This record gives sequence, structure tokens and C-alpha cells, in this order.
Amino acid sequence: MIAPLDTLARRIQEAVPGARVEVVPNDSPAAQPSLLVDSAHALAIARFLRDEPSLRFDYASNVAGVDWLDSVTKTKTKVKKIVDGVEKEVEETVETKRPGYLEVVYHLYSMNLKHGPLIIRQRTGNRAELNRVASLISVWRGCEFQEREVYDLYGVVFDGHPDLRRILMWEGFKDHPMRKDYVQPDDFEYEPTPHDEVLGRAKEHYPK
Amino acid sequence: MDERSANLEMSPVPGVDEGLRSELSKQGIFTTTLQEIYNWGRKNSVWPLQFGLACCAIEMIAATMARYDLARFGAEVFRPSPRQADLMIVAGTVTKKMAPQVVRLYNQMPEPKYVIAMGACAISGGPFKQGYNVLKGIDRYIPVDVHIPGCPPRPEALIHAFMTLQRKIDQQALTGNDVPRHLDPEAPSEFPVPQFGEHDLVPAKNPEVWQAPVLARG
Repeated sequence: MIAPLDTLARRIQEAVPGARVEVVPNDSPAAQPSLLVDSAHALAIARFLRDEPSLRFDYASNVAGVDWLDSVTKTKTKVKKIVDGVEKEVEETVETKRPGYLEVVYHLYSMNLKHGPLIIRQRTGNRAELNRVASLISVWRGCEFQEREVYDLYGVVFDGHPDLRRILMWEGFKDHPMRKDYVQPDDFEYEPTPHDEVLGRAKEHYPK
Repeated sequence: MDERSANLEMSPVPGVDEGLRSELSKQGIFTTTLQEIYNWGRKNSVWPLQFGLACCAIEMIAATMARYDLARFGAEVFRPSPRQADLMIVAGTVTKKMAPQVVRLYNQMPEPKYVIAMGACAISGGPFKQGYNVLKGIDRYIPVDVHIPGCPPRPEALIHAFMTLQRKIDQQALTGNDVPRHLDPEAPSEFPVPQFGEHDLVPAKNPEVWQAPVLARG
């Protein structure tokens, strides 16, 4: 069995000097925590996870992309303040801004030791020009097509990928369709049963 | 007289008295027109192009096998080359990346040629209609003769579509003003192949082939 993730994170930091590893908790019903690794050391960390005899994560079953938009979370806190000389409890709203980024998620298993999954994540700096992460192909060969897919659909550039081309869309296609701000081309002229967003797009084609 | 020639006798022959024709057939003399016998030959040897795009192709394969036996309708020879095919069965999801190749294959088929759009994806995009990568019906680029709904349609539905196409071929005139496309020298035999654009196929549809139907809305 895999040790708890915070223990594993400590072991990784001992094995790979300078690596930043962070446990990402998961509040959803799945309750599947994961490890956030920094892209500069991702390759060394991946090699450690594969080669360390007690871990031996020899199989990357899945590579996925996630698009996180800029978000603002509002938290209400009760603060004691002195209003007109009297101490009162006042509710204050604190806004926390988090810039958006793209994320690449790897699901790792050990066929040899029959444990897993271990989930590691890499994050890009932002959603625009800082879109590079490390390619893990040299550790898990099976990542090749899946990293190409993440590149195609999310626009994450994988440093060290030997053949980084689009895989589903054609060469010359400019968009990244799985990004949350992707706008589909306007071919909604015939929608017999439109609803939600499609209804709005279809209405632009209704006869005036 | 076998069943097929009995079918031939059903339709009236212009210029020949029906009573005389009936009397002649009792004596074993068969009268027909060139158009009738030409169309009879064509409709009973429609050779489909051998290609499939998705799960509908599995149903198409099933329709050709012994249980459903499309060979009964003269369509057992699936041609591996568009040059030898009469019928294109668009069986499955046409992605935007695949659409130019489908149109190109259609252009390479010799006239007279027919198209059956098989299944929800081929006729409209189906369950992937709202996706970014699926063409919303192959009839946006090439003329479709028979549409089959279903996801996927059963082999019976394909056979029904095939019989519908046979009836259509049977009624095509060889002369006159309402000749089909392949006999009209003005009508196009090839259609523009869409190009890969920066955001979508260019053009997104061929307005000479497809116009959005106007829907009545309350």
C-alpha cells in the first residue's frame, strides 16, 4: 500500500532536492487527494516514483487536462468593530482572487506491486503565455498521445515531448476546444430542439 | 415468368395499350420500355462503397451478412474503390476532420451515384451535434437521397432505406425535363471539398446543396 500522501511528499522531497511537492486535498465525495509537483522537478519526481523499489509506479493509466478560470471567492467573516463607541459584531466580506491556470493530471498505478492510483498534478503559470509543463514521456511512454491530446484541447505545451502535434483537430486549427472560454463556430442555423446555451445561439438565426 | 418480371408488368408502358400488353404477356410475349428495363437493371445492382465511420458501420456489415442478406437486393458487392461504386452509405459520425475525405470520395464516384445517410450522426450530428468536432449532417456538403434516423439504425432500417432508394431509381426518367442529376449536363457531379480553417471547416456548409429548413415556432 502507498503511504499517506504527506509522508510520500516528504520522501519525494528527500529524494529530489529542491522539489516542491504539495498535497492537494479533495473535498468532493471521491475524497481522492493528489500531489501537486512543480514542473521544474516533475521529471525527476516521476523517475523516483517509477524506480523506487517500494513504489514502482510503472503504469500511467491516464493523463487529463483541467482548465481553471480566474476565480473570486467571497468569504464572510464576523469582525468585532467599534462603531459609535460601542463594540459591535460586523460582517465583512473578504474577496480572494485566484488567477486561472491549466492543470495536467496523471493517474499512476503499479502493476508490479498492485497499488494505486497515485494522482500527481502539474500546473502552468497562467492560461496564456506561461503554458509550459514538463513532459513525462521519458518515464511513461504511454503518455505520448495523451499529452498530445492535452496540448490539442487545452493548449498546454509539454517541454521534452518528441512529437508535439495536434492529435484530434487538424493542423492549422487555432482554438483549444476544451477550454472553458472556447466559443464554438456559429453553425446553429438549424436546431429543431434548442435549449440553454444552444437556444441563445439558435435565436440569432431565427427569421426576423 | 418469375417474380421480378411480374413486378415489371405492374407499371404502365406509355404508347402500348394495357389490354394488349396483358394479352401479349399471357402468350409469353413481354413488352417494356427502355427506361423501365434500364432502371430495373440499375436498381437491382447498386454496389455500395465499402467504408464505415462508426458504430452504424457495424449494423451495415450485419445487414450484408447471412441473417439480413443485403445480397437479395443486388447490393452484395461492396466496392473498395469509389470508381466502381454506385452508392455511398455514410454509416456513422462524420467528424469535421473526416468530412473533406467523405466529400472527396463522393466526388471520385462515377455518375449515377446515390447517397444514404445512415444514423443520427450522419443526418444531423446526432448526440454529438453540440460538440466542437462533429459535422451537423453530411447533407451540408453532398446531396443525400435517403436519410435513416436511429442510433444506430437496425439492419431492417438500412434495408428499408435501400428499398426506398430502389423505388427512387425505378422512377427516374431518362428523357424529358425532370431527368435526374446524372442526366442533366448542367447539374454538378462534383461538389467543393471543404478546407480546414482556423476555427471551422471553410465553408461551413454548401448553400447550393443545403439550406436550413425554416421551422414554425410558437
